[in-house]
Amino acid sequence: MINEEERPTLVINPIRNGTVIDHITAGEALIVLRILGIVGRTGEAVSVATNVESFELSKKDVVKIENRELKAREVDRIALVAPNATINIIRDYHVIDKKGVITPNILLGVLKCPNPCCITNTNEPVLSRFEMSNKKAVCTYCDAVISSDISSHII
Amino acid sequence: MNHIISIHDLNREQIDNLLSKAEKVSTEFSGKMPLHGKILSLLFFEPSTRTRMSFESAMLRLGGSCMNLGGVEVSSMAKGETLADTIRVVSGYADAIVLRHPKVGAARLASEFSDIPVINGGDGAGQHPSQTLIDLYTIKQSMPLDHIEIGLLGDLMYGRTTHSLAYALTHYHATIHTISPKGLGLPDSIKDNLKERGAEVIEHASIDEIISELDVLYVTRIQRERFPDPAKFFDVSSSYRITPQLLTDVKDHLAVLHPLPRVDEIDPAVDLLPCARYFDQARNGVNVRMAMLMEVMQ
Repeated sequence: MINEEERPTLVINPIRNGTVIDHITAGEALIVLRILGIVGRTGEAVSVATNVESFELSKKDVVKIENRELKAREVDRIALVAPNATINIIRDYHVIDKKGVITPNILLGVLKCPNPCCITNTNEPVLSRFEMSNKKAVCTYCDAVISSDISSHII
Repeated sequence: MNHIISIHDLNREQIDNLLSKAEKVSTEFSGKMPLHGKILSLLFFEPSTRTRMSFESAMLRLGGSCMNLGGVEVSSMAKGETLADTIRVVSGYADAIVLRHPKVGAARLASEFSDIPVINGGDGAGQHPSQTLIDLYTIKQSMPLDHIEIGLLGDLMYGRTTHSLAYALTHYHATIHTISPKGLGLPDSIKDNLKERGAEVIEHASIDEIISELDVLYVTRIQRERFPDPAKFFDVSSSYRITPQLLTDVKDHLAVLHPLPRVDEIDPAVDLLPCARYFDQARNGVNVRMAMLMEVMQ
């Protein structure tokens, strides 16, 4: 009989330098990886935990990426799919910065407009622009509304 | 820069101010040339009769001149030039631009690249603010705008004029009744937005059940050019028609409006009834557009 304390557990090792994205909405970790452009061939050492127990969220996902710190535009995109996420910057095994994410009111060049007739879906030199309102994203140019499955519209 | 892109950008005070200017414009500027020496560029990338000609007429009446793009096929767009570049160039030639374009949001984009005022003359299935102002102006000639019962009949899915008018009427606490062929109802996003703005939106299966309660009946054509699938157009075309018989038991002050062109949704016999206001509506285009030109160019 294995003692509770002796039971083997799967542990994700701490990282020396990089970023830990914690409190990701359960099941969204792979979308976070997509947002960050991380695929198997891109070379980063990445650890992913999905549907792990969480005190605050009951279930959560965690992503650890070695030797990478996130850009502001990447954090804006993550906020759309994981509004409760926390970003921890790790240097020499220590958390040197910890912050939450804030969904910006204006999303510039973040989402592709679902309206095929929108001017932003042409060869014009313009970025898509959405305003967030009551958890809906509204296109500034054509008033198209994205109210669900927002992650599938992330560029 | 004073652009007029969307009815959403105008609050009630600004709308009232433009309508009031339109009421006075023909007498106030009679014999005067307030826009003498100014040039209006008409960039129409889609066909238009009323909007293009009434803007032209408005500009000429104010003493200014007009410059036409000509056909798209003879412009640099045919060579692949972007709208943004066209606007940058034209804004060096004129004092204001009226733009009609098939892509939604084109006028907003144009305003971002223009050094001169841009007026949206209709962008695809999007906004057409001058038409909305004309609609409001025509209603106001018959009754106060507050608390009216208006019926929107026809293609409410692709019909931009009905969307803009419905939004504008939320400033005036109108009750909006919608009647449309199957599959051409008001999009849910617009319905939700109208309700968020406090409007009461009531759907009806048939015009007969509500006609006697209406102050305004706004009829639209089913726009063949907006249908992604032509077969669906033929399924719904000719599915409603306003006739004198339908208008026998209506309020005395009922105003029947239509942005024109009509096809067969209003029987020509209705033209003779006092409630038929659609040709006045078209005529009002000049005064309202004179007020808009004065607003952006003075």
